[in-house]
Amino acid sequence: MSPDQMAYGPRHRLLSVLVENKAGVLARVAGLFSRRGYNIYSLAVAPTDDERFSRISIVVDVESSPLEQVVAQLDKLINVVEIGELHPDEAREAELLLVSVSADAGQRSQVIQLVGVFSGRIVDVGQDAITVMVAGTPESIDDFENLMRPYGIAGLQRTGRIALPKLDEKSASGAATPAANIA
Amino acid sequence: MELTGAQALVKSLEMEGVEVIFGLPGGAILPVYDPILDSPIRHILVRHEQGAGHMAEGYAQATGRPGVAMVTSGPGATNVVTPLADAYMDSIPLVCVSGQVATSAIGTDAFQESDTTGITLGVTKHNWLVTDAADIPQVVREAFHIATTGRPGPVLIDFPKDVANSTMEWYWPDGVDLPGYQPPSHADPAAIRAAAALVLAAERPVIYAGGGILKSRASEVLRELVDLTGIPVVTTLMARGAFPDSHPLSLGMPGMHGNFTAVTSMQKADLLLALGSRFDDRVTGKVSAFAPGAKVVHVDIDKAEIGKVRRPEVGILADCRLAIEALVEEIRAFGPIDHSRLAPWIATLRRWQAEFPCTYDRHEPASTGSAGSGASRRPTLKPQFVIETLRALTPPDTILVSGVGQHQMWASQYWSFEYPNTWVNSGGLGTMGFAVPAAIGAKVGRPDRMVWAVDGDGCFQMTAQELATATAERIPVKIAILNNAYLGMVRQWQHMFYEERYSEVYLSPDLPDYVGWAESMGCIGLRVESPEEVTPAIEKANEIDDRPVVIDFRTDSMEQVFPMVPAGASNDDIVVYQSQGTSDAEALQ
Repeated sequence: MSPDQMAYGPRHRLLSVLVENKAGVLARVAGLFSRRGYNIYSLAVAPTDDERFSRISIVVDVESSPLEQVVAQLDKLINVVEIGELHPDEAREAELLLVSVSADAGQRSQVIQLVGVFSGRIVDVGQDAITVMVAGTPESIDDFENLMRPYGIAGLQRTGRIALPKLDEKSASGAATPAANIA
Repeated sequence: MELTGAQALVKSLEMEGVEVIFGLPGGAILPVYDPILDSPIRHILVRHEQGAGHMAEGYAQATGRPGVAMVTSGPGATNVVTPLADAYMDSIPLVCVSGQVATSAIGTDAFQESDTTGITLGVTKHNWLVTDAADIPQVVREAFHIATTGRPGPVLIDFPKDVANSTMEWYWPDGVDLPGYQPPSHADPAAIRAAAALVLAAERPVIYAGGGILKSRASEVLRELVDLTGIPVVTTLMARGAFPDSHPLSLGMPGMHGNFTAVTSMQKADLLLALGSRFDDRVTGKVSAFAPGAKVVHVDIDKAEIGKVRRPEVGILADCRLAIEALVEEIRAFGPIDHSRLAPWIATLRRWQAEFPCTYDRHEPASTGSAGSGASRRPTLKPQFVIETLRALTPPDTILVSGVGQHQMWASQYWSFEYPNTWVNSGGLGTMGFAVPAAIGAKVGRPDRMVWAVDGDGCFQMTAQELATATAERIPVKIAILNNAYLGMVRQWQHMFYEERYSEVYLSPDLPDYVGWAESMGCIGLRVESPEEVTPAIEKANEIDDRPVVIDFRTDSMEQVFPMVPAGASNDDIVVYQSQGTSDAEALQ
């Protein structure tokens, strides 16, 4: 995957979907995307501070299907409580990366230095590899991943993009701006 | 009061006002069938679970109330998937309860286990797997609420056997708590004002009435709108009966097999008032060429339908009846409407109606071939003639049910619908075999009405076993099989688009023997082979009210459905009946 493709391009839009925390909700969302032919670029899901709800952050590929239609169909799922679109310039976005990098004793100090630049942490050390955790904006994660590539990546896992509205953009309730209003 | 989960389920159904369940028991649902013995709810034992689902649909379409089906786990549940998908496409309120293996056995590939909530995810409005008996009343209330409000649809409750056998303290919830479900109701006044302005300015307006009129019980107010504005109405396949065909401004059915005037009126309109319709591909034909000069006002209760196919000038997210009421009020405020503005448009429509009515060859020669052949062949029986005669001999409020195919299109074209909820068919999914069980369900819901099914020979063979159910339960439905010995619609496409290469469409008129089959199931069976036998047979059938009747009408195999807009073509390229020559919509303007 080239850095261009990974960047948040015009064909990608980020939806923040508040859902009831019930069994099978993720299957309902994923099933809707698959049967209507929508594409998910990345997806992250976790409980919110209110145990009744979870938040799903979905990066949608809107090249094949208009965002308005995706939102309207999602909204029909009974367990979907609220859908907001987060524009990149109105949101704080973050992503977490775990990566195992081949680094023998000679290269290890270079890698550790880069980890420091990105405020990452060494979470595991082996004979000729280390595992690093980095959190940051998706773009900085892309940069870090590209910097690690020349050393040789043995394993990599990204969480997918999560986001909340910027504080000065937020309404009092903390909701994202509602997507796609129709009459 | 302590109840078992099974008792709580049945009691919850009673609380929801359920009067009939269509179902078939089996291992996992056994606990629920015991309290059914003591319940005032009528249970109708079907012969196949698909029958239960379609009966519940027929019941719902004829009454406007939710239909209820009950099946066991595994194959019982998978057999009801087709009716669920059918109800989902046609927005029919259905509550299906399926048995499930015990919670401890779920996921172990237990006997008759299937992932029913997973399988039905894409064909239900919502579904539940109940894991605690205490949840039952809440889930049942939510199920009926979701099935019947907003855009109606099917829901499924999957009910594990151990939950049915465990106990709970009975309660009945005050309401539902569904934070993610708030169906729209009233229209935005600004949108109504914008719509009214377009209506008052239009010179060639058409009301494009869909199934949402029936779902929202808006037939009366639709008529008010039409009488107020003088705008003509097309009724889609799902909306037949929503506006009386006898009304002078009724144009009938549009779409692939719609009549010339209905189809062309939309093509030439400057305003389409889409009320509870969804711009289905069978109506629009090639979307980019559909109604090119029309502004669109689209009223729908489902936000996802507004702009899905055609972007409207005014989108109104609301209950159809409430929106039309508001529109009528808004237009009334402008004072008396001068209908003469629409006179040239109406005159054009009248000319098309006179020139291109739905027609067929009523005078087929008694003998084809040369005069010298000497063979005394009987005149061919035209399927359209059967439907016209049936219409003439039955009460105006007769409920007509159909399967899917040529007979369905002829039924919609040649039947004159006068009342809402008198037409029951499978529109969106196109489910062959729908008619027999749906007719049974309709008759159960409306025992006061005469219920006729017009079915094809192909369709009839898919679900005819439910006539045993009808006989056993004394449900006197009447079935007219238009037996042309073919999968007729497929044959028509092979005739028109596959160079008459007929592949796997011949069924034989005599195999099975439909009269013998009907009689073996306790029905009266009749056979009609020529036009003069049609009236006596229908009259005889109409007099029978203690058992089902099946008439095997041997109809012309060659007959095709016209008009027709070929799949993917523009509605301007409508093909009319051959004797009407070729239509040139442009020249007619």
